[in-house]
Amino acid sequence: MKIDSGSTAWMLVSTALVLLMTPGLAFFYGGMSRAKSVLNMMMMSFASIAVVGMIWVVYGFSLAFGDGGALSSFIGGFGDAGLVGLEKAATADDGTGIPQLVFVAFQATFAIITVALISGAIADRAKFGAWLVFIAAWVTLVYLPIAHWVWWSDGEDKAGWIFDLGALDFAGGTVVHINSGVAALALALVLGKRKNWPKEPARPHNLPFVLLGAALLWFGWFGFNAGSALAANETAAVAFINTMVATCAAGFAWIVVEKLRDGAFTTLGMASGIVAGLVAITPACAFVTPIGALVLGLIAGAVCAFAVGLKYRLGYDDSLDVVGVHMVGGIVGALLIGILATTAVNDGGADGLLAGGGLGLLGKQAVAVVATLAYSFVVTFVIAKVIDLVAGFRIPEDEEVSGIDTATHAETAYDFGGVPSGASPAVAAARKSPAVSEDGAASTKKVQADA
Amino acid sequence: MKLVTAVIKPFKLDEVKAALETFGVKGLTVSEASGYGRQKGHTEVYRGAEYKVDLVPKLRVEILVDDEDAADVIDVVVKAAQTGKIGDGKVWAVPVETVVRVRTGETGPEAL
Repeated sequence: MKIDSGSTAWMLVSTALVLLMTPGLAFFYGGMSRAKSVLNMMMMSFASIAVVGMIWVVYGFSLAFGDGGALSSFIGGFGDAGLVGLEKAATADDGTGIPQLVFVAFQATFAIITVALISGAIADRAKFGAWLVFIAAWVTLVYLPIAHWVWWSDGEDKAGWIFDLGALDFAGGTVVHINSGVAALALALVLGKRKNWPKEPARPHNLPFVLLGAALLWFGWFGFNAGSALAANETAAVAFINTMVATCAAGFAWIVVEKLRDGAFTTLGMASGIVAGLVAITPACAFVTPIGALVLGLIAGAVCAFAVGLKYRLGYDDSLDVVGVHMVGGIVGALLIGILATTAVNDGGADGLLAGGGLGLLGKQAVAVVATLAYSFVVTFVIAKVIDLVAGFRIPEDEEVSGIDTATHAETAYDFGGVPSGASPAVAAARKSPAVSEDGAASTKKVQADA
Repeated sequence: MKLVTAVIKPFKLDEVKAALETFGVKGLTVSEASGYGRQKGHTEVYRGAEYKVDLVPKLRVEILVDDEDAADVIDVVVKAAQTGKIGDGKVWAVPVETVVRVRTGETGPEAL
């Protein structure tokens, strides 16, 4: 196996960077949720790492990036199940590629974060077991096919149908962001609103966590976008600088909109703008100039700052604005490729409207967006509905009110001292061995009888 | 004896403590409290959604004093806690029947 060691080193690092995004997301979402449900929120992200990581090795990679024979426009086959025989394979045979297993691991981290992103829509109220089932079903039935449509090609005559169409998605605007955003909408609709939403405020309980999460996401996103070049080369460099500047612009645009509309520059606005910018530049990062990326970021930040208000008008409880940031930001980025893309920065791209390419690219982008929206929404809705009918997707109302952390995970996030809570190891021990407490109860009764 | 209770802005605690010490008060109890008076809380904005926060964080300072000191202690607290802006808080006094010092068992004014 001949490989490019520089590219391989960069891709190993990128893979670790992208994996770090999901714990980063856990902080981003966790800080936005309430103190009584932050653990559940963070666990939904970590569970996604665990479940998707296993599926990816067993059959996920094979279905997303394998050859599907007659069905290969839509889905891969089981030829690479278990990653059997991939130890010696490389992405290219001429010494310019990276080991196939590095590519496998890199793509695993994308599938992981896509599912985790959805969890922001269902804060405070989802049964954890149902979420575990949802992760497995959703990755299998929604993520794997869409990733195959957009990214798979055998390098010769066969490819996924959106790849074939010529629509551009460098790092996952459709596959990751529009996909998770619209799935979040479907899931929020199936689960319904939280009790008393939106009358009862659900303020973020820890904004420094949200900022920490945004910072980790941004850091990891350099691996997500520049790593999607699959090499340490000039395309990675374009993606890198664009990932930086679009994000700066979007964070700035969001807080300016807030100042003009609400009267204050908020930290939550800055963190949200950063993520909106990262989302929007994702599909476009290797196809636009840095100035194009700056413009794209400004537009995405401003549009998403308004989009997060839609849920109050339309009445769906997308708790942490997955729809307003990821679906809307993803659509903005995917469509702006049709306007801003230029082959001046990347021969592998295409010319959009402003580069003299006409409206053709914009049309292809629109087809990719609509196909992703439609497929993901419908299939997600069906998966969620089936889980809800069979096992129930929501926790009981009293547990939602008292807090999902204690009810589901038997833990609380914070113990700041104050009045002693009375928790001690002895209490837990007594619960584990009922004999002890029964004896205790018996002797108490005896004392009463004696008295 | 009287119990003087003051609800004040949290950042005024140091000044109130210093003023009471200068006056000669030997001890006090401070606890965190939330509440509102005429100012009726404040507004916070998260992603464009406005939240009315009715209960504002305050500190409650409690001081046990002799009857003849009550008026002066109230005066000291009010002067130290005042900013002149809305939300400065309130001070009041109520009669106290018994006080016992836990360590020695002393009762009444001796225990103050």
